[in-house]
Amino acid sequence: VENVRLLDRLSSRKAALGTLYLTATHVIFVENVSETRKETWVLHSQISSIEKQATTATGCPLLIRCKNFQVIQLVIPQERDCHDVYISLIRLTRPVKYEELYCFSFNPKLDKEEREQGWKLVDLHEEYNRMGIPNNYWQISDVNRDYGVCDSYPTEVYVPKSATAHIIVGSSKFRSRRRFPALSYYCKDNNASICRSSQPLSGFSARCLEDEQMLQAIRKANPGSDFIYVVDTRPKLNAMANRAAGKGYENEDNYSNIKFQFIGIENIHVMRNSLQKMLEVCELKSPSMSDFLWGLENSGWLKHIKAIMDAGIFIAKAVAEEGVSVLVHCSDGWDRTAQVCSVASLLLDPYYRTMKGFMVLIEKDWVSFGHKFNHRYGNLDGDPKEISPVIDQFIECVWQLMEQFPCAFEFNERFLIHIQHHIYSCQFGNFLCNSQKERRELKIQERTYSLWAHLWKNRADYLNPLYRSDHSQTQGTLHPQMAPCNFLYKFWSGMYNRFEKGLHPRQSVTDYLMAVKEETQQLEEELEVLGERLANLQKSQLNGNKVKSKQQDRSKQSGLSTSSNSLANTPQEYSNDLKSFPSRSPSQGDEDDSALILTQDNLKSSDPDLSANSDQESGVEDLSCRSPSGGGCLPSEDSGKDSDEAVYLAV
Amino acid sequence: MLRSSQPLTGPNRKRCREDEMLLGAVLDEGERGFIIDTRSAQAAKQARMTGGGTEPKSSYPQWRRLHRPLERGRPLQESFMKLVEACNDTSATMDRWLSRLESCRWLSHIKAALSTACLAAQCMDREEATVLVHGAEGTDTTLLVTALAQVILDPSCRTLGGFLGLLEREWIEAGHPFHLRCARSASSHARPKQEAPLFLLFLDCVWQLSRQFPFSLEFSERLLLTLFDNAYASAYGTFLCNNEKERRVGGDTGTALCLCKVKENTHSLWAWLNQPAERTKYLNPLYSHNPLVIWPSVEPQSIQLWQGLFFRWIRSSQHLDEAWAEIQKLVESN
Repeated sequence: VENVRLLDRLSSRKAALGTLYLTATHVIFVENVSETRKETWVLHSQISSIEKQATTATGCPLLIRCKNFQVIQLVIPQERDCHDVYISLIRLTRPVKYEELYCFSFNPKLDKEEREQGWKLVDLHEEYNRMGIPNNYWQISDVNRDYGVCDSYPTEVYVPKSATAHIIVGSSKFRSRRRFPALSYYCKDNNASICRSSQPLSGFSARCLEDEQMLQAIRKANPGSDFIYVVDTRPKLNAMANRAAGKGYENEDNYSNIKFQFIGIENIHVMRNSLQKMLEVCELKSPSMSDFLWGLENSGWLKHIKAIMDAGIFIAKAVAEEGVSVLVHCSDGWDRTAQVCSVASLLLDPYYRTMKGFMVLIEKDWVSFGHKFNHRYGNLDGDPKEISPVIDQFIECVWQLMEQFPCAFEFNERFLIHIQHHIYSCQFGNFLCNSQKERRELKIQERTYSLWAHLWKNRADYLNPLYRSDHSQTQGTLHPQMAPCNFLYKFWSGMYNRFEKGLHPRQSVTDYLMAVKEETQQLEEELEVLGERLANLQKSQLNGNKVKSKQQDRSKQSGLSTSSNSLANTPQEYSNDLKSFPSRSPSQGDEDDSALILTQDNLKSSDPDLSANSDQESGVEDLSCRSPSGGGCLPSEDSGKDSDEAVYLAV
Repeated sequence: MLRSSQPLTGPNRKRCREDEMLLGAVLDEGERGFIIDTRSAQAAKQARMTGGGTEPKSSYPQWRRLHRPLERGRPLQESFMKLVEACNDTSATMDRWLSRLESCRWLSHIKAALSTACLAAQCMDREEATVLVHGAEGTDTTLLVTALAQVILDPSCRTLGGFLGLLEREWIEAGHPFHLRCARSASSHARPKQEAPLFLLFLDCVWQLSRQFPFSLEFSERLLLTLFDNAYASAYGTFLCNNEKERRVGGDTGTALCLCKVKENTHSLWAWLNQPAERTKYLNPLYSHNPLVIWPSVEPQSIQLWQGLFFRWIRSSQHLDEAWAEIQKLVESN
């Protein structure tokens, strides 16, 4: 469709005129400006909702909201065209078959072996070995090898040595969705463990011998403690209500040696609404400080984040300080349980704070344990009531921790944002379907590519320059400050206002420090080389040989060049609170994202020339101005379009 | 950029030839200037009743008046006290934290101050127009705006030396009444009438700038905290008294303090800070000269609570300090 306008979200004055394309996988807007032909690409999988707004004199507006929080407003001149686009998008963004998803057509030009290797990058078997299992207390069980016991669990589960197949099967019949207690994390220093399950089908008075034996087995697997905690992450009221439906929670009287605890994290519906409200605040035009703070509080979002974090802290403390094992569950054991177990693991074990370890953590507690990615993130068209930002909340917990402990994580904010992006993008096969069983049936690993391999390949972009494996912050358990700490929870504008470049610091501290680090390393290597040469020269001189001294051609500039071009920015509209913000322009996100989302030669369809796809607003160009290789400094755009995806340390 | 206090128009709309000539002399023929009045239009009008007022368009035809009300005086002090109270309240749950923060209005004041300073800067940089800033007395919000605008506009004000010079010029010499404003800070129940944290508001705004432009200020948060401390209680004479006259001649402040000849009897904070050994402690390791104007975002998401100040004694800054130490190391080893 031609002559479509792409509006700046807040300023209707700053509209770009161009052509709108709909392909099988993307919506593409190409600006008419001939020099830049700036393109905005949006994957259908990313589109969360499309709103057709009232036709005005200028045309028919269409508002597209994305799952990665990008908001795109188009104005299509003809009502007829707008309607067609709307109907098409509705269909395109509600796939019914997995095969319609981008991951099945995405082609990064890797051969079969490379694809396989990519999938092997994260190996859970290896991970449990790293924890020290199997050992005297824990073993692998193949009781679920054909998914016969629990179809949302993996084929390999880790259980206490004293838990026989009989006990496991019996326990699974007493658990919602048959999700029996299984090991999530084992602390070899003190044998304490974190196990996870779903709620017991206890109703008001039902009992199950095998389930009780299962919990005993968990306790026995930790000789250092004579009881275990059972943590129900639901609010007490909800858990009690479940009893009327024949489910519920563990009665301390029936289960010997357990200490029961409610933690009170709200359910997926509350969380969905909370996010919705928060996004509405983000969409306010020029809000006052009051509007913003009230809106944010009203959404309850940060309160929920804190609740998840507090639960993780409780569990980490139980394991690390008390040496007591914990069994965690919620209702079905695949949402809040996953959040809380992974936060606790992250706090306990520095390995999960490395890049590889984090991938392993997600693979372990989310992918393998059957978190319902399809239902929660809408891979396919489904029940809107199943949609909920569960993993988003976990990812935000990690970010909040990164802000409190800037040296503790090997990866940076960009890593988190890109993972979130790809959970929704369906460009890679890792987060498809609802369980391992479904993924294997679809032969995901043979037909799609692994995100982990892709991120790993680009890991230089995701490093945290302040991370040192021998730093005190990276050793042992992390201890987030307990009360008072409300103020420590900040609004994550890097995620929820990701595409509004004007909001973020123009200069990325992370990128700069990485460049500094790299350059220092290169200089040190050079120094070494020169040192050796010097030693050789001196030796030769002593031997009376004539040596031609070569002047090393230093094409590199020493010191980081700063280009003033990269630092210019434009003023906001300060003069009137009601006016909009001219310096923001719609963007598709970083060049980083474009690189991840598509590389020109990977598209099978006959798309227009995409070589001009590099987002000239990207921080990458700016970085080159500061890079050690000096070289030419790419002139950046007029400051109005200059923007970094600022990954920035709030120190 | 000029600053002054309000014109004494009064209820009878008095005129003053000399004042008009002075302001006329600043502008060229046909040039336009902006007057940024830090009071609301209504407050400015009401000021006439007590002898003050605004510049009437007819007498100052080349000047266009803009009103940008900025909080000062008692309400600002209340805001500050409420905030400190909220921050120190260990029993507060997450449920209420944000609304409590909002009800203090401190962040709204930051937003307003930054917006107004940016407006002044915009007039000068974008419109290339002369700007006159005044409130009522010309000693509070006026200085906040002019000083902030210079940090935004002028890279030399972002160097350590330049910034201290800016403070000397725009706050101390310009006559911000430190003695009256920075007597008790937030915790005192006495609530003296003249107490108000304008200077802190300024430092907080500068901190916001440092967060949004981490490479553009030569000094670190530590300097800002040190300045805050010294404004209230200091071993140095720099922030003493209310104006140059008092500092030189001493005078009839009617207080227990009888300060004369500050320069002869006390040491200068600037001198101490400028010592090579001290200086390094206040430098920003990420600093790189930025010759351009820095335009901050004043969206609510961009304005944050200055944890380093308000939670200074409440939460450990250990992890953040370690991060800065790492940054320092990385930069130095390069």
